[in-house]
Amino acid sequence: MRHLLFGNLGYDALPFYSAIATGAASVVVLGALAVLGFVTWIKGWKSLWIDWLTSVDHKRIGIMYVVVSFVMLARAVVEAAVMRSQQAVAYNNPGFIPPEHFAQLFTTHGTIMIFFMAMPFLIGIYNFAMPLQIGARDVSFPAMNSISLGLTSAGAVLMMISLCIGKFSTGGWTGYPPYTELSFSPGVGVDYWIWALTLSSIGNTMTGINFAVTIYKKRAPGMTLFRMPLFAWTALCISILMIFAMPPLTVATLMLAMDRYLGMHFFTNELGGNMMNYINMFWLFGHPEVYILILPAFGVYSETIATFSNKRLYGYTSLVWATISIAVLSFTVWLHHFFTMGQDGNVNAIFGIATMLIAIPTGVKVYDWLLTMVRGRIRISVPMLYACAFMVLFVVGGATGVMLANPGFDYQVHNTLFLVAHFHNMLIPGLLFGMLSAYHYWFPKAFGFRLHEGWGRIIFGCWVGGFILAFMPLYIVGALGMPRRSQEFFEAVYRPYLWVALCGALLVLCALASMVIQLWTSIRDRQSLAVPAGDPWNGRTLEWSIAAPPPEYNFALIPQIDSVDAFHQAKKQHTAWRAPEHYYDIELPSNTPVGFVCCVASGVFGFALTWHVWWAVLLGAGVFFGAIITRSFNRDTFRIIPAAEIRETEERWLLTLRESPAIANDAMFTTANRGLVREPV
Amino acid sequence: MAQAIHGKGPSHIGIRMSNAAPESRKEAARSEAEEALFGFWVFLMSDLIIFSMLFATYATMGHSLAGGPGPHELFDLGSAAWETVALLLSSFTCGLATLAMRYDRSTGKTLFWFGVTLLLGLTFLSLELHDFFTMASKGGVPSRSGWLSASWALIGTHGLHVTSGCIWMLIMFAQVAKFGLDPLVQTRFMRLALFWHFLDIVWIGIFSIVYLLGVLS
Repeated sequence: MRHLLFGNLGYDALPFYSAIATGAASVVVLGALAVLGFVTWIKGWKSLWIDWLTSVDHKRIGIMYVVVSFVMLARAVVEAAVMRSQQAVAYNNPGFIPPEHFAQLFTTHGTIMIFFMAMPFLIGIYNFAMPLQIGARDVSFPAMNSISLGLTSAGAVLMMISLCIGKFSTGGWTGYPPYTELSFSPGVGVDYWIWALTLSSIGNTMTGINFAVTIYKKRAPGMTLFRMPLFAWTALCISILMIFAMPPLTVATLMLAMDRYLGMHFFTNELGGNMMNYINMFWLFGHPEVYILILPAFGVYSETIATFSNKRLYGYTSLVWATISIAVLSFTVWLHHFFTMGQDGNVNAIFGIATMLIAIPTGVKVYDWLLTMVRGRIRISVPMLYACAFMVLFVVGGATGVMLANPGFDYQVHNTLFLVAHFHNMLIPGLLFGMLSAYHYWFPKAFGFRLHEGWGRIIFGCWVGGFILAFMPLYIVGALGMPRRSQEFFEAVYRPYLWVALCGALLVLCALASMVIQLWTSIRDRQSLAVPAGDPWNGRTLEWSIAAPPPEYNFALIPQIDSVDAFHQAKKQHTAWRAPEHYYDIELPSNTPVGFVCCVASGVFGFALTWHVWWAVLLGAGVFFGAIITRSFNRDTFRIIPAAEIRETEERWLLTLRESPAIANDAMFTTANRGLVREPV
Repeated sequence: MAQAIHGKGPSHIGIRMSNAAPESRKEAARSEAEEALFGFWVFLMSDLIIFSMLFATYATMGHSLAGGPGPHELFDLGSAAWETVALLLSSFTCGLATLAMRYDRSTGKTLFWFGVTLLLGLTFLSLELHDFFTMASKGGVPSRSGWLSASWALIGTHGLHVTSGCIWMLIMFAQVAKFGLDPLVQTRFMRLALFWHFLDIVWIGIFSIVYLLGVLS
């Protein structure tokens, strides 16, 4: 009876087996309680429900994605610092973390950083900025967008719950079988991992479909594909990658689930299972995933470098084709993730060459960015700082990537910290820095005030310094032969490098703290940082042509586009910001709770599957599909914003715009910036 | 607008405020329907990747019998052939249903042909269930070998798709009862039809690769 009600759940699932686990779980519980208390204190429940949880506005959904990503970033950065501390003291010494716990740490760190920090971050930024850039009022399927957010959040919540109830997987973020099969990993950890990933991968597939259709069908009149901002181009490319690369992950995790729950033999050691099928499918997802992560940053840098150099992007067409080539090539190289797993030498050679080919379009991009800066009026803003740091560091990471693309070299350093250094070198400058610069770049558009500039520079310094200190030494210890994921080591020569790496990790912790301080300071000083006119950076693309924060309908009238960087052209011709003669009613999708219901239902579904609580599995699945079916009978999915209301909003903003001082380029980072910058002569 | 798209717009470049009235509700509904249909095509492409992974897994596990029963013992080609007939026929009636909907604009005819499609779908499913029971009774359960896991997963995923297609059809009947055969219901029927034809194509793959190659080779 007890098993029927609670499945495998019992008191032993509570995290009282170690002080660190208890502490971490308490932080999660106290944090959740603090958030609930805060919302109650500001009497924000109604607003939270109406303005956020049930909203289908792409801008708000985008912001919620980024919030999820920040919470998860904080957890995974702390985990990284704990691991670095352990390795710093673990010479001939078990340190303060036992092996099993250390394995959980590197598994959650990787899983969170890829699936619950990076993916929500980039999807959030696209959700916010991409429809604005192409002159659309929302994505093609707003309710589905909300469901995608729900699925990703449910996965993130499962990750957080796993900290409090039960233990997480020790199988690494890739979850290779047969280790993750029931015979070697009998606990619930792998199940948590499977369902968190499965939910988020389904959500991401839906996002890919949504974005691709939006870009193909909802561009403003005149905006041909080759007039789209580069950021929108990368959105299209990663959407296509998500549509084709997410399903292999879903299939791989579900097959692993069938092995574990139904005793099947897809990847087991016995009765004909073949673990290589998992490895192939995982990396058939995993390699395109690398470009799903990196292309968005390329898109952001293409925007920010052009904007802050006050110059049209150099080689726009070549950048587009480079992006497309990278997207296509990303499907042809998955095998380089397992050169050492027994293929023929010729097969390895083919995949090695294909891998090296990717360096060509990437190199084209770096030259294009550099040439955009040549003779530009460069303003060293925070996003520009990230772009410069990225170009130097990413070339180093790319060079080590070409080294690893050589199967012979790969045999030497595979499974060492050299590899760890390489992919962190790609993903921190090539994803995180891009997203952080996007955060600084579009924050004033999203909230109507700039982020504090000085703290932005401190964050930049801590991240870049921390990254260099933490990962450059790992190249050396990796080349010296230190295996990745070591809980303890016995070579004295590694010690100084690991101490330096620890310093780097601590600096990254400072970056995290500075981000909190910056947000706090900026919210406090929001009056003096306000940019109501909406164009604080002398922007080039459509999102800067409207108020900050944008009205919910985005554009009072959908603009006609005649060129690349159309808004910037219009400013030069003094045709920007003209009041339209007529306003019309605008139809917008109305709020729906379907996304939130699906979030809760799929979270219950995943949790119940993990603990074998079968009635709750059925309940979760039933509510999930029931909500969607009920929604399909609802015909009242639109609401009208009357023309008079739009006229009032727009005229008020246009008045603010006319009254705002047009500041010079140099004053952009001072409080004189009200969102209107004079075009330098 | 057509002019602007081809780059021969007015003399000034940049953005212009068009003062033309935005598209009417009817036009908006048409472009929404088009977007939904296009989105569904994209979804089908994504779904096809799922099936291609399952086919690839099946292909690599062809010899992973682990001493258990193989295709010769387990598959009944006769039954699989009848399943194929039922599903192909249902695709045909599904086509008749969309024709009735689009050109005859007759609710009765449309529902009749979709009803026949549903019955044929259910026939397919019952034959398939019967096959599954027969396989299991001969010891061909999915946990017996890698090959059996792969075949159950491939055939079963297709079966689950057909099941959800049948449920979808039932929901659509309820929608016709509530809203009549209005444009929104029609576009949903169109997507259902796409889904149904897609499953037919996947089944042809399963029939050829799993059943025919399995029994005849």
